[in-house]
Amino acid sequence: MFSIIRSLWLTFLHMFHKRVTIEYPEEKAPLPPRWRGRIILSRDPDGMERCVGCYLCAAACPVDCIALQATEDENGRRYPEFFRINFSRCIFCGYCEDACPTYAIQLIPDFEMGEYDRQNLVYEKEDLLIAGQGKYHGYNYYREAGVDVGVKGKGEGENEDKPVDVRTLMP
Amino acid sequence: MNETLKLTLIAIGILLALLTIAAGLIWVERRMLAAWQDRYGPNRVGPFGILQVVADMIKMFFKEDWIPPFADKSVFILAPAIVMVTILLSFVIIPFAPGILVADINIGLLFFLAMSSLGAYSVVLGGWASNNKYSLLGAVRGAAQMISYEVFMGLSVMGVVIMAGSFNMTDIVLAQKNVWFFIPQFLGFVIFFIAGIAETHRLPFDIPEAESELIAGYHSEYSGMKFGMFFVGEYLGITLISALITTLFFGGWLGFGFLPPVVWFLIKMFAFILFFILLRASLPRPRYDQLMSFGWKILLPLSLLNLLVTGALVLYFT
Amino acid sequence: MEILFYIAGILAILSTVIVIASKNAIHALLYLIVSLLSVSLIFFILGAPFIAALEVIIFAGAIMVLFVFVIMMLDIDTSNSKKEYDFLNPKIWIGPSIIALILGAEMVYVLFSEGYHPLPHQSISPAMVGKLMFAKYALVVDLAGFLLTAGIVGAYHLGQKEKKIFHRYLNNKNENS
Repeated sequence: MFSIIRSLWLTFLHMFHKRVTIEYPEEKAPLPPRWRGRIILSRDPDGMERCVGCYLCAAACPVDCIALQATEDENGRRYPEFFRINFSRCIFCGYCEDACPTYAIQLIPDFEMGEYDRQNLVYEKEDLLIAGQGKYHGYNYYREAGVDVGVKGKGEGENEDKPVDVRTLMP
Repeated sequence: MNETLKLTLIAIGILLALLTIAAGLIWVERRMLAAWQDRYGPNRVGPFGILQVVADMIKMFFKEDWIPPFADKSVFILAPAIVMVTILLSFVIIPFAPGILVADINIGLLFFLAMSSLGAYSVVLGGWASNNKYSLLGAVRGAAQMISYEVFMGLSVMGVVIMAGSFNMTDIVLAQKNVWFFIPQFLGFVIFFIAGIAETHRLPFDIPEAESELIAGYHSEYSGMKFGMFFVGEYLGITLISALITTLFFGGWLGFGFLPPVVWFLIKMFAFILFFILLRASLPRPRYDQLMSFGWKILLPLSLLNLLVTGALVLYFT
Repeated sequence: MEILFYIAGILAILSTVIVIASKNAIHALLYLIVSLLSVSLIFFILGAPFIAALEVIIFAGAIMVLFVFVIMMLDIDTSNSKKEYDFLNPKIWIGPSIIALILGAEMVYVLFSEGYHPLPHQSISPAMVGKLMFAKYALVVDLAGFLLTAGIVGAYHLGQKEKKIFHRYLNNKNENS
């Protein structure tokens, strides 16, 4: 009996508490920087595409929403010919970002992707590719390691030794 | 002829006012529930969201009014009409202020009890005609709950009737000139309030429509405006019980002078409506057998005791 | 007022006939409510509003119990109405209806032979009913009370279940003590 009256009173007091609702369209909820939202493709500091078309993201994707086709330019640099993400399937798990060896594919804190037409949720490379570097600044895969694709010469990378001339390597 | 015209106007005015109040309560309830749960509630449509009711009504009118092919069609249509008709008819006896009432019949209270026992049929018929097991379970529960709580409801107001010496609502209000009946009849007031919650099957006693067990209970199969009638009927029921508590225990239109009588009545009535909503916000639903044993083992003896003591005291002092 | 009385009377008779003839049990019960409501209206017109209200309160509850019984025992399907249809063959109803007709004719004769009675204009208040019940007919009311109490006690006794203990240890202990 007393507990009923007490719970009535406590509920009544909640009228004077602060509201927890965030009134969304006017006031945006603060999203943490590592929030897994819309997927983007980033560029390296030189403004080139980071993606090397390794298909690891497509393999990691549990719902198979990523489709791409790798190709090479005249220097032998690999890049995706097309890169397609079907956001009506995407579950924003972030596995693609984990799988990516070049920090190319990233999930950013943005969720406002509503569309009236379902087909509009299929994002092509033009829609995915951004001008900047996303969350990881200053990283350039081809500068750190890898083959000569016109970004740097052999052995000119950071933390990379000059190539050894095998013919002089004699005892 | 002039008298008839005046009566008709009063009747139509009360009807329109009641329907407006009942529809507005949908908004009030959602806002108040939100306030007690640290939310805002509907605040988009119109100032403070007050036009939410209009939006809901438009939605309900344009929804498909589906009658299930396995239902008993005539009874299915009849059931939501019963709830509206009985509750609106019950308002006939309530004196909102001196002169503002539809019918001053001298068996007013009994008329309300009669209408409320007829109102139980809407639950049973609606549930049965839906021909759906959850609806049927809700209907059977509703029948048991409403029949049993009607008993205490009738018995608990008998104390008031003894003290006022009349079934007429106007006489009951006038008998509270010196002291409002909730002081001498506190037990009767509590029992009537609990029975009133059960009678309108509001939370925490919404066992016929317990959504966690029975989907929506007796109105699972209803849609469109037929559901709307059950929905508005529920709010009309709250208004009715609040108006009755005001009339029977809290002196009806009697107030402290500086406001017109109707305003006093409405203030008291809305206080009880808000209390109904507060109950919904704070209390959990009892189990079905707990409800029944609470009624028959606690409320029935208490209301009989209340009746007995009141009768004895009234006899002793007169 | 008189025309209202006749309308209510005709409604009462018609709905009662439908109660008997209806194939669907729930529909029959619905017409029973209509019949009781019209009887209540007749009481009201005759100047007994208290009895009219009690008629609705008590019988509405009573029919509700019938409803619950019907719901528990019958389905909504057509097999029952087929069974009901068999009850309606002439062999079964012709005897009772002849007897009822004779009774009805007698009643009509008695009513009209006494001469014309206008409707009373005096209303009977609840207090008068109470005085009549608890002064003149006190014994009858008490007897009815005894009967109902006996019914309640009997129903409680029949409905009471012996508490069964299903746990074997507790059961043994119960037998030993």
